[in-house]
Amino acid sequence: MSTPQDWTPPTSTDSHPGHDHVVAGLKGTDEGGADLVQLLTPEGERVPDPRFDAYAADVDVEMLKNLYRDLVLVRRFDREGNALQRQGQLGIWVPLLGQEAAQIGAGRAMAPQDMAFPSYREHGVAWTRGVDPTDLLGIFRGTDHGSWDPKAAGFHLYTIVIGNQCLNATGYAMGQKFEGRVGGDDGEATICFFGDGATSQGDVHEGFVWAAVYDAPVVFYCQNNQWAISEPTERQTRVPLYKRAQGYGFDGIRVDGNDVIACLAVTRWALEECRTGNGPVLVEAFTYRMDAHTTSDDPTRYRLADELELWKLKDPIERVRVHLVRSLGVEPEFFDGVQAEADALAARFRQHCVDMPAPAPDRMFSQVYAEGSPAVDAQREAFLAYHASFEGV
Amino acid sequence: MAVLTLAKAINDGLRAAMERDPKVLIMGEDVGKLGGVFRVTDGLQKDFGEQRVLDTPLAESGIIGTAVGLAIRGFRPVCEIQFDGFVFPGYDQIVSQLAKLHFRSQGKVPMPVVVRIPFGGGIGAVEHHSESPEALFAHVAGLKVVACSNPVDAYWMIQQAIASDDPVIFFEPKRRYWEKAEVDVSAEPQPLHSARVARPGSSLTLAGYGPVLKTCLEAAEAAVADGHDIEVIDLRTLSPLDLGPVFDSVRRTGRLVVVAEAPSETSVAAEVCARVQQECFHSLEAPVLRVTGFDTPYPPSKCEEDYLPDLDRVLDAVDRSMGW
Ligand SMILES: Cc1ncc(C[n+]2csc(CCOP(=O)(O)OP(=O)(O)O)c2C)c(N)n1
Repeated sequence: MSTPQDWTPPTSTDSHPGHDHVVAGLKGTDEGGADLVQLLTPEGERVPDPRFDAYAADVDVEMLKNLYRDLVLVRRFDREGNALQRQGQLGIWVPLLGQEAAQIGAGRAMAPQDMAFPSYREHGVAWTRGVDPTDLLGIFRGTDHGSWDPKAAGFHLYTIVIGNQCLNATGYAMGQKFEGRVGGDDGEATICFFGDGATSQGDVHEGFVWAAVYDAPVVFYCQNNQWAISEPTERQTRVPLYKRAQGYGFDGIRVDGNDVIACLAVTRWALEECRTGNGPVLVEAFTYRMDAHTTSDDPTRYRLADELELWKLKDPIERVRVHLVRSLGVEPEFFDGVQAEADALAARFRQHCVDMPAPAPDRMFSQVYAEGSPAVDAQREAFLAYHASFEGV
Repeated sequence: MAVLTLAKAINDGLRAAMERDPKVLIMGEDVGKLGGVFRVTDGLQKDFGEQRVLDTPLAESGIIGTAVGLAIRGFRPVCEIQFDGFVFPGYDQIVSQLAKLHFRSQGKVPMPVVVRIPFGGGIGAVEHHSESPEALFAHVAGLKVVACSNPVDAYWMIQQAIASDDPVIFFEPKRRYWEKAEVDVSAEPQPLHSARVARPGSSLTLAGYGPVLKTCLEAAEAAVADGHDIEVIDLRTLSPLDLGPVFDSVRRTGRLVVVAEAPSETSVAAEVCARVQQECFHSLEAPVLRVTGFDTPYPPSKCEEDYLPDLDRVLDAVDRSMGW
């Protein structure tokens, strides 16, 4: 037997898991494989799918125009967020570029009574839940930790600790079940958003276990954008992520995350499974993060430029536009209108950001405890007195 | 002599330790090609390979738990936790295994593991990126906890922590990563678990560690104008605390202000205060004071200037102590 003392460290390797590489048994890939559910090709062609067409049967011209509008508006304010960070108005921004369809499709599949548990990149889902984009700004400007009402929106606060929310989502879904809100078309369901990197966390695995053994009505919606900061998906798993579900005893499915119609249809199906008591379900939206992980990240250190070029050809917005024009005959005025609306939204977003007041000095003492705390109250009083001592100096 | 930033000093220290001992491994998220989000491990994977600098799956319990196993097998893992607020998924492994194996096995299973944690605020970050959880580790028997405050210490302390047969939680003041100093790599370093007089003085003692040390030195400088001659002590080691130099100092100055970013209740600062009252009671001319973060969750970053002990708050405490 080799003892640790025999061991000599290997010399440097400089491998990057490119498309031909196999890391931990899994091939780095930009193709979703044979099981990928797709209803609209990157070329803008609507392709049939016997299993999921029924879940997209109502997607007529009007509805597709609405989805297109969602995609464009969300991309527009996301880009404005990036610009605001570059101009020093935001401390950081977490871009969603490339993931618009994965988020709009999933978000628009939700019913009002459903609940979403996001991580921190879900600006598009927030949009579909009626959270005004300006409510996202405080987190990134540093004035609050999320200013919307999670209960009213059916959209929980952003979670920055990776995978943490999966157990919370599962518990929430267990509650929906315990209260008898599952079963039938008006039943409730929960959807939990997380990334490919998050699938390595214990909390996510434990969420899968809990959800399975309690038949919790929760859709685990993994946006596989191929990267966890600098680490490719192959650094997290040896099997395609959607296949993991089988090991926990529920359905897993991979959808083209750049195809908004497919994401809508598949998530509707998954939520219906949960609503009617057949959940949980794992959905892997196969997509790509086209921008940096955050504005603090430098992807040129780890990512190959040709990879980005390949994914640009699969752009989630362009394919809808092509389909609307070529197959459905939508006139240019519509697109101009959406563009104008997007610019107006971006301007409002920017103005709100610049105008945001700085928090009052005692903001940090606010709402630490529901029942208050004499100790914290005393610290607040002392701090305010100290603060006041500078006035007029 | 090289002029190094604190981040580069740790990088050089890691490199020296890896060159010295082939069993030293670096493990963490994004530590390879990216060189860590603060670039502290920059270039190490390129030179030492993927089996000595491991880009791990995204799971802190996994990072610490497998490091424990690797240590059992004879390796010396250095784990990077990306930010203070992300250590908690790995906290169970730290508390239940890493801290206790040496004791449970009565010395048969040493745990030469280092857990590096960039800590503290002041960089304008979002939630969970600015915390000071050191007391949670200092309270756990079996762990050693240290905090560096400058490039010279950073260079030596990381190597000493790696050489230690005990688990060391190694706190790095993230808002000081870009501060520079001359580092003499041939000089004799301070022992790892020792406090250090960073500035001698006679009228009051300021004790701090990590990011606030610079604030303490600035306060001492500013107080000269008021005729105060302040001694500043860098605690450096939080568990075990080396309070000898603090006791000596307080016996001379009669006054102590302890400075830290962490909330004050049941903190490292609280422990320093309690022990100084006990050992130096007859020398004290004023109550021991604390300047710390507040007993609230770390606030949104637009409030952090108010939350963090700054020059004014330290000088205010100095005035209160002197005016007693
Ligand atoms: C517990 C924890 N560890 C580390 C981090 C730092 N971190 C933030 S995002 C990230 C990568 C996440 O990748 P993935 O889950 O794939 O989601 P993505 O950001 O790509 O959408 C890391 C390591 C964190 N936020 N939480």
